[in-house]
Amino acid sequence: MRAAPIRRSFVQAVMEAWSGGAGLLLPVGFFSGTAMLVPFALGSAPDVLSDIGPGMLWLALALASLVTLERVFQADLHDGALDLWVQEPAAISLVALTKTLAHWSVSGLPLVLLTPLYGLMFQVPPETTLPAMAAFGLGGLTFFLWGGVAAALSASVARGGLLIALLALPLYLPTLIFGGLTVKTGFEDSAFLFLLASTLFALGVAPPAMGAALRLAAD
Amino acid sequence: MGHMWSVLANPHRFLGFSRYAVPSAYSLGLILFAWSLYQALWRVPPDEFQGGDIMRGMFVHVPSAWLCMGLYLGLAVASFVWFIWRHELADVAARAIAPVGAAYTALCLATGSVWGKATWGTWWLWDDPRIMSVLVLFFLFLGYMALRAALETRQSAARAGAILAMIGAVNVPLIKFSVDIWASLHQGPSVIRAEGPALAAVYLHPLLIGFLGQGLLVSAMVLTLMRAEIFSQQADRLMARRLGGG
Repeated sequence: MRAAPIRRSFVQAVMEAWSGGAGLLLPVGFFSGTAMLVPFALGSAPDVLSDIGPGMLWLALALASLVTLERVFQADLHDGALDLWVQEPAAISLVALTKTLAHWSVSGLPLVLLTPLYGLMFQVPPETTLPAMAAFGLGGLTFFLWGGVAAALSASVARGGLLIALLALPLYLPTLIFGGLTVKTGFEDSAFLFLLASTLFALGVAPPAMGAALRLAAD
Repeated sequence: MGHMWSVLANPHRFLGFSRYAVPSAYSLGLILFAWSLYQALWRVPPDEFQGGDIMRGMFVHVPSAWLCMGLYLGLAVASFVWFIWRHELADVAARAIAPVGAAYTALCLATGSVWGKATWGTWWLWDDPRIMSVLVLFFLFLGYMALRAALETRQSAARAGAILAMIGAVNVPLIKFSVDIWASLHQGPSVIRAEGPALAAVYLHPLLIGFLGQGLLVSAMVLTLMRAEIFSQQADRLMARRLGGG
């Protein structure tokens, strides 16, 4: 197996995500816009904000994964790229994993990098900033992996957006539970290990499922 | 056992077998279900520990909870069999199980919430791990049906559905585990305790008979849907032949 197709698919996916609008400004604007609405929707009392703020960012992360992934495999199917991926010497599941990682790095990672800023805005105690960054990073990655499975399954469906959400959201639940606990309890608690385990589980199970689903869509 | 399944994998033999199996399962299931309801409503003494008369709902609610787990397992096994061996009948079974499973999870949530209102004082409790597990199961069934409905050909619906059902099935233990952890942190108000007094025989027998009756009814419904699907495929083939032959 050669590495070149994998590398190419990564570069292609990053450029796709980057050129999809204003580059990194788009996800940053999305997360910041969500963060801006939270105090107005739920009240600005500091204790309310520090309780609710991380939860709203989890929702924003889940939405970002669904919105981003809706078009990823569909575009490949329509412009014929998928037929070429299927014939590449590299396994289609690795290509799908690479594309998912590329989109996560553009649309999910910005939230991790901005977490200290949001933490300040939401009066979250400073010592929970690092656990929160780890939780948003691992949790976002898992969201994108399961969302990728749902997106690959509905690649040939004309307007698959709502379908992707219905397929993927139940699979987000364990990550959301462990991730939310990690933000609260930090690295000492077992919640962080469970979050890590569920991310590894998704890394093992999601790529073959994406591969099988994409091969179906290419037929 | 293996021989029996390979015999049934032939649609014609399946039609021959289910022609008698469906009415027998319906009638036997109805009799057992009616008997368990009669026991539950008139014969069994009210149990003060479980909140008096409301525990009579157990004889409908608990079998429905067992059955929706069993139906999802059946969906996953049928999908697996279809994915590996491409037995057409396995896909027909998976397709038939989904709506029955969705209906049963909804029934389980509805009866559970009536019980919850009487014992916990609320229709819905986000902290109860059993409610959450069944709710996720409900969404898994809905997603499966929506995906199949959205895909154009039967073949692609079968393949995508099988992948989704297997992905769902490997995730169910993780979901169950995470929901249990979640619930263990939020001790809800007076949740029915699992370590309560062991169920006395006077309750256990109607419960098991009711489970058997509802199980037979569910099997009969799934078999009916499978027969309808096979007939509709045969009708499609006849129509295609007629149109093709001129």
